[in-house]
Amino acid sequence: MNQSEWPLWEVFIRSKQGLDHKHVGSLHAADATMAVQNARDVYTRRLEGVSIWVVESKHIHASNPDDSEAFFDPAADKVYRHPTFYEVPDSIKHM
Amino acid sequence: METLEQVLTPEEQFQARIDADVRIEPKDWMPEAYRKTLIRQISQHAHSELVGMLPEGNWITRAPSLKRKSILLAKVQDEAGHGLYLYSAAETLGTTRDQMLADLHSGKAKYSSIFNYPTLSWADMGCVGWLVDGAAILNQVPLCRTSYGPYARAMVRVCKEESFHQRQGFEIMQTLCEGAPEQKAMAQEALNRWWWPTLMMFGPKDADSPNTEQSMKWRIKRFTNDELRQKFVDMMVPQAEFLGLTVPDEKVKWNEERQAYDFGEVNWDEFWAVVKGNGLCNQERLQARVSAHEEGAWVREAANAHAAKRAAREAVAA
Repeated sequence: MNQSEWPLWEVFIRSKQGLDHKHVGSLHAADATMAVQNARDVYTRRLEGVSIWVVESKHIHASNPDDSEAFFDPAADKVYRHPTFYEVPDSIKHM
Repeated sequence: METLEQVLTPEEQFQARIDADVRIEPKDWMPEAYRKTLIRQISQHAHSELVGMLPEGNWITRAPSLKRKSILLAKVQDEAGHGLYLYSAAETLGTTRDQMLADLHSGKAKYSSIFNYPTLSWADMGCVGWLVDGAAILNQVPLCRTSYGPYARAMVRVCKEESFHQRQGFEIMQTLCEGAPEQKAMAQEALNRWWWPTLMMFGPKDADSPNTEQSMKWRIKRFTNDELRQKFVDMMVPQAEFLGLTVPDEKVKWNEERQAYDFGEVNWDEFWAVVKGNGLCNQERLQARVSAHEEGAWVREAANAHAAKRAAREAVAA
């Protein structure tokens, strides 16, 4: 990486109290304080958030798309994990 | 033992995902040409946002009222933001911010030619918002569904913000058109200068746009240049009529059979001349951009030095 280029940060924003922080994009900043300030300017110009998290991108570890079948497919054949798998008689209420 | 994946080449698997409208994400396999096309297109788009601040920045100090000045400042700030969203999206493809800026400053990378036209009167701020941003919106709305995830997400954010840009431009035009005869004349004069360059924003004719077919196949683009240009004319002619202005093209005429407006031919010699760097403001724009970057170097260095000092202090305290 070019030395003059500021590190990359991922930005997460809570849009209102009660909701979780959601990834909105990334930006460059020299340090965490500046990253939060820049995130305020870049991602919340129209009241999009009440709270900001920033994480330096190099600290994000991701699953590998090439492994996604082995990783996620086992969940596909377990329909019994969903309530719709079970038949409830029409006369039974509140279930 | 052969699975479907072994039968299909990686390119074919990739195309199958595109055809099924599955978005491509940064770490997914993609053909090199797809990556390159996107880096070129997204960075060019980002550069356009950055350079697009210059013609309007020209009017911030001379806006006719505090309200207009606040609006213009907010719009120019949005454009800086749009550039940043887009640079970030391009970086997910493996290029760097420094590389993209270097390509812009050396003239290797292009930006939208529209910004190589000068903004001579206040009515130009109206035309830039109403026409130029109007054309940009037509280009950008389909990009919200483009096949590359980070680009599509950036465009959703851009489009949300862009509609205020167009409306404030229309409002400037409307105010001028309802004002003194001199103001209305100023609006007409600006429309005369901006109409044709705006039509050029959609790019060369389909027949002269060799990349279109592949970009459509990859669902980077969803409409051709000529389709979007036609939509734009159909949208704008009635708006100009509402304002009491005349579009500077004698061939503009409603075609009942096509249910669309016929219109004249863009001056393609002018289009290519501006693309190749010979527009009225090409040099001025690039020079302003390079100066801003060079004169801001000390700020970037100081921020790095400050961050290093603070990190060292925290290390000692810990």
